[in-house]
Amino acid sequence: MEILSNLALGFSVALSPYTLFLAVIGCFLGTIIGALPGLGPSNGVAILIPLAFSLGLDATAALVLMTSVYYGAMYGGRISSILLNIPGDEPALMTTLDGYPMAKKGRAGDALVISGVASFVGAFLATIGLMLLAPILARVAYLFGPAEYFALYLLAFCTLGGIASNNQAKAAIAACLGLGIAMIGLDNTTGMPRFTGGNLHLMDGVDFLVAIVGLFAVSEIFLFIESHGKNTAIGVKLEKITIPVKDIVGSTWTMLRSTLIGFFAGVLPGAGASLGSFLAYMGEKAVSKDKDTFGTGNPRGVAAPEAGNNAAAGGALVPMLTLGVPGSGTTAVLLALLMTLNITPGPTLFAERPEVVWGLIASLLIANFVLLFMNVPMVKLFVRVLTVPAWVLLPMVTMISFVGIYSLSGSYFDLLLMVAFGVLGYVCRKIDVPTVPIILGILLGNHMEDSLRRAMVISGGDWTFLFSSAISVGLWIAAIAGFVAPMFLRKFLKPPKPVET
Amino acid sequence: MSDRLFGLVTIAVALAFIVSASQLQTSMLSDPVGSKTFPYLVGGVAALSGLVMILRPDPEPLWPRGLTWLNLAIALAALIGYAYALKPFGFLAPTAACAAILSFQISGRPVVAILTGIGLSIGLFILFKYALGLGLVPLPPMSAPEAPTPA
Repeated sequence: MEILSNLALGFSVALSPYTLFLAVIGCFLGTIIGALPGLGPSNGVAILIPLAFSLGLDATAALVLMTSVYYGAMYGGRISSILLNIPGDEPALMTTLDGYPMAKKGRAGDALVISGVASFVGAFLATIGLMLLAPILARVAYLFGPAEYFALYLLAFCTLGGIASNNQAKAAIAACLGLGIAMIGLDNTTGMPRFTGGNLHLMDGVDFLVAIVGLFAVSEIFLFIESHGKNTAIGVKLEKITIPVKDIVGSTWTMLRSTLIGFFAGVLPGAGASLGSFLAYMGEKAVSKDKDTFGTGNPRGVAAPEAGNNAAAGGALVPMLTLGVPGSGTTAVLLALLMTLNITPGPTLFAERPEVVWGLIASLLIANFVLLFMNVPMVKLFVRVLTVPAWVLLPMVTMISFVGIYSLSGSYFDLLLMVAFGVLGYVCRKIDVPTVPIILGILLGNHMEDSLRRAMVISGGDWTFLFSSAISVGLWIAAIAGFVAPMFLRKFLKPPKPVET
Repeated sequence: MSDRLFGLVTIAVALAFIVSASQLQTSMLSDPVGSKTFPYLVGGVAALSGLVMILRPDPEPLWPRGLTWLNLAIALAALIGYAYALKPFGFLAPTAACAAILSFQISGRPVVAILTGIGLSIGLFILFKYALGLGLVPLPPMSAPEAPTPA
């Protein structure tokens, strides 16, 4: 009953014409961002945050706009996977396995419709899951003290580093780099400057938006210059779109199973949508009777990863909203948005700002219907977007990044810092050092240090206090397991090779 | 080789970070942990991981070769120049120049690149100024440079 009244509050916020307008704009931009290769949800949302902020949107409006972009990008990622065999974003990688073979058989339209419906099922049910699970988790989160939060942050770094990267040492370096950057600026407790090198620009610390846009968006331009824009295709053709009713009905259970798997993969801090789509695909392949048709254009091989990754996108919002710990790169970017808007995610958010939380949930429900409409009947429009050549797209993205950051502070120093992060991002991506832990470190560094220091103030300097409650011991064990276990599981966690173009 | 080099750089940076942390002044009102402990932990873990990278490097990544380095260097120079030029020269000219240079580095076609630069500069200006209402300055200021704004 409580949920219904909360939801009514949410819809009263979300159904205002202005909010609806922002949700539609967000869905539209998001689908484009997702569809374009080289512009995934993380960097797409990242370059739009400074703009949303300088437009002076209020908290709810900004959040609705950006989460619509986020959901839209998750939907849109499948378009280039299916048509070009190039994932529009990382979680859409699994969709290339059966999506592209379907397109080669002349069933591109069917694949787009099936995956669009699967995205809807995954995202819609996951939003309901978010609605049910988040308030419960928020209540548990009230039991968290500084020691538990310290362990939770550690868990996020460990699972993210363990699962989402190929080399534990590199993930740890990335996390430390982010944490080290977060230390720059004034010490929260003592008010003394640290690691600024006497530079006045650094007294306030490094703005995480500058770091995010640099690492995610500016680094992309270097990668594209290196490949000379070969990763774009011009002249994609698509036949008339019909609804393959038989295939959709035939994959109903596939979608539901994958949604469940994806949602829980998304809820795990640090795991995210890529893991969700991977597990959904592998799970579906394992239970199916016609295993050998997977990889050759089986419609269920398209439905499973899309339901999985969109469900994971919804699931990833759960830890982000209730605990302030993001479950993926894009939710890390959304966390940056919340922090920019002076909203502190966590259990108190549900009690003190219900209009933000429930307005967000209601607009996500609405956004899903908008996205279903955009991604099934209107999908041809977005297919056209794929024909934008890299030599227009990449300069445009770069210029938008610059204007966004410049409009925040008007300082050339931030722009230079952003370029420096772009170079760092390029080098990291070349040598396979994950960039998401860097972002997470910059975002969470000060909170993590504060919780450690507050825990020590409470215990009077007794370090065993960190392991004194059942919750924190559980989190420490999960953190160590999340970091170590993937070393042994890595063999099984490799995605199958996509078919040759 | 790249991994070993990166590991070495990591260790050097981590040690510098630790040394820099040890120089921090502690204030009177310090807590049991203080401002140094967390940086020590971060630096320590980073140095250890750097060591692991030196001992167990991954296979060498594919680095760009020859002229591509030049393309990348030109792009980087254009971005740095753009960062400095945006304030004194207004939005239009630096954006057109930087976008054209980046476009040329990707496509290698000069005419297309120049048209892209001009088109993007004007198009984005209209979008930002009139659709989104951002306060961009299109052209360099005519009179004496305005007073520096506090950072």
